[in-house]
This record gives sequence, C-alpha cells and structure tokens, in this order.
Amino acid sequence: MSRSAPEPVQVIKQRRDSALEALVGGVPYIRHLGIAFDRRGDELTAILPYAERLIGNPMLPALHGGVTAAFLETTATITLAWSRLWDEIESARIDPDDLDPSDMPRMPKTVDLTIDYLRSGLPRDAYARARIVRSGRRYASVHVEGWQDNRERPHAMATCHFVMPAAREG
Amino acid sequence: MFRTVAAKKDHVVLVAGGPRGHNRARIPREPMPMTDRTEEIARHFMERIPHARDLGMTVLSLGEGTCEVSMPYDEKLIGDPATGVIHGGAVSALMDTCSGAAVMCHPTAPVATATLDLRIDYMRPATPGQTVRARAECYHVTRSVAFVRARALDDDEDNPVATAAGAFTLERGERA
Repeated sequence: MSRSAPEPVQVIKQRRDSALEALVGGVPYIRHLGIAFDRRGDELTAILPYAERLIGNPMLPALHGGVTAAFLETTATITLAWSRLWDEIESARIDPDDLDPSDMPRMPKTVDLTIDYLRSGLPRDAYARARIVRSGRRYASVHVEGWQDNRERPHAMATCHFVMPAAREG
Repeated sequence: MFRTVAAKKDHVVLVAGGPRGHNRARIPREPMPMTDRTEEIARHFMERIPHARDLGMTVLSLGEGTCEVSMPYDEKLIGDPATGVIHGGAVSALMDTCSGAAVMCHPTAPVATATLDLRIDYMRPATPGQTVRARAECYHVTRSVAFVRARALDDDEDNPVATAAGAFTLERGERA
C-alpha cells in the first residue's frame, strides 16, 4: 500500500483560510459589524471587536442586544456552513483560487433563534463559538455561546435551527 | 395572533394600527398626541442609541406599550450577496430595539429595560430594496418583567418577515 506524500502544511492552511475568507468576506453585514473568524484546525472562534456603533445602551454602556443576537446567529451560520464545506476543502475538491464570495454554496437558512441574555454586553470585544448539536440532511440545530473577558462567564447563549440548502450538483 | 392577545380585557395593550390606534403618536408629522415621555423616548432612540442610528432606524410611532420602528434597506445590511436579501441579524436587531422601546412606553413608565430572552422566527426573506418595519407590543408586565411580542414586515404586510417573543427586565421608577 503506497501513500502519497502529505501536502505541505502551508498549502493546506492556505486552502482552509481562503475557503473561510470566501465564506465570510463576501457578506456585507458581517463586514459591517466587523466580525472576524479565528481558525484553529477546523475549530472557529468568532470575534466581534468593540466599536462605539455597537452600543445599545449608552448609559451603562452596553452592547446592543440585537448586535449580540446577530453575532451569535452569524457564528452559528458560518460554523454550520464551514462544517459542510470542510470535507470539500480537505479533499482538495475546492481550489482556493476558484473561490468566489458571490458563488459560495448557499448558506443554511435560519428558521429560528432563541437567545438568552445572561449578562449585559460590556463595551469590549466579544467572542463566540458554536457547537453543532445535530446536522441532518434537511435540518440542523446549533448551540452558540458568547463571552467577553471570561470564557466561564458567557454573556449570551443561543440555540438556532436551520434548513440546510440543497446539496450542490456534481 | 397579536389581536387575540390584545383582546384579553385584563391586558392594557394597544396594537399598532389596531382598534385603539387613535392613541398612536407619530413622528414627526403628528407631534401633538405625543406626551413628553414618549417624545423623549423617541428622541432617545433616534439620537442616543448608537446602534439604532448605525442601522438607520427611525421610530414611526409610539403608543401605550407599543412601538413601530423602521429600518430602510441598505447595502450594509445584506446577508446574502447573491440575492441582496438582508441579514437575519439586522431584522433581529430591529425587533429587539422595537421591543425595548415598547417596554419603555408601557403605562407603568419603567426607567430602564434590558432583554432577558428573545425568540425570533424567520418566516421568509425580506424583499430586497424594501424598508423593514417592526411593530412590538408589551402585552403584559409583572413587577419586574415585561412580556413583548413583535413582528417584522416589509411591503407585503400580510406575510410577516419574522416574528419575535421575548421577556424583558422592567425597572420601575418611583410609584405614582
């Protein structure tokens, strides 16, 4: 049994990072909020850098609840889309040079979002990670946790349900 | 759905555009029915909440525990570049803002509110190019909690884009 030589690590990294950038970078609303994704292997952490325009309560001050909802929903959507894309990336069926943000696989459609606000969002960076609880052919359920200074003290968590897009042809 | 809830006689509610719609205050065309308090709330939302301003939200009307807020279509709100449909998160932000304003307008005159939880159901994509409006009603309050329902509409008012239900904190001021 012969094995081909493993791909150089930079080639793998570059393909993964380009795929992620194509998934995220083409969405104006994600760009507008300033959400970025940090990747470690297949694990994604969403980062929402603090900006004054994200404030919903200027007296406290606190992040807008709608910003937190959008942040968690985006984290869930991208994490889910990313997990569906992962096999294609790893098998090198995706060529990073061919990735066009306007021609990415259709995103999962959010059916509903239930969000618990556990603490007021402080005027600093926020982070979020999603866990795919169940991803079926048609539907998916994703849990997301958002935190700020302390991972053990989440400021919000949410459960999202999605309808999955039809599989791509070919 | 909203009407049924509003019809319960022990609830002090006004549905935006509903049978008691004459109490609605409009900005800025009909400033007269607006009390100092609702006017202050409306101004607060438009001028003082950075994120409401950032997304271009405008308060259309405020009633007793009701609120209507609009958010014009803008390229920065797009969540699906292929179709130009706005991101669900922007609709969530709109409904959260509108719901909070509805709580602040409740006759118990709360001094502050914050979202405890919010459930949002997305029925359909908002039509690209159209303004999205949210209507919220705070249909019941306890000593410390306000219950709110909201819906988001575009030009096709018979088919909501999204609906929401949530619980908000209610910080009461001094009792009258």
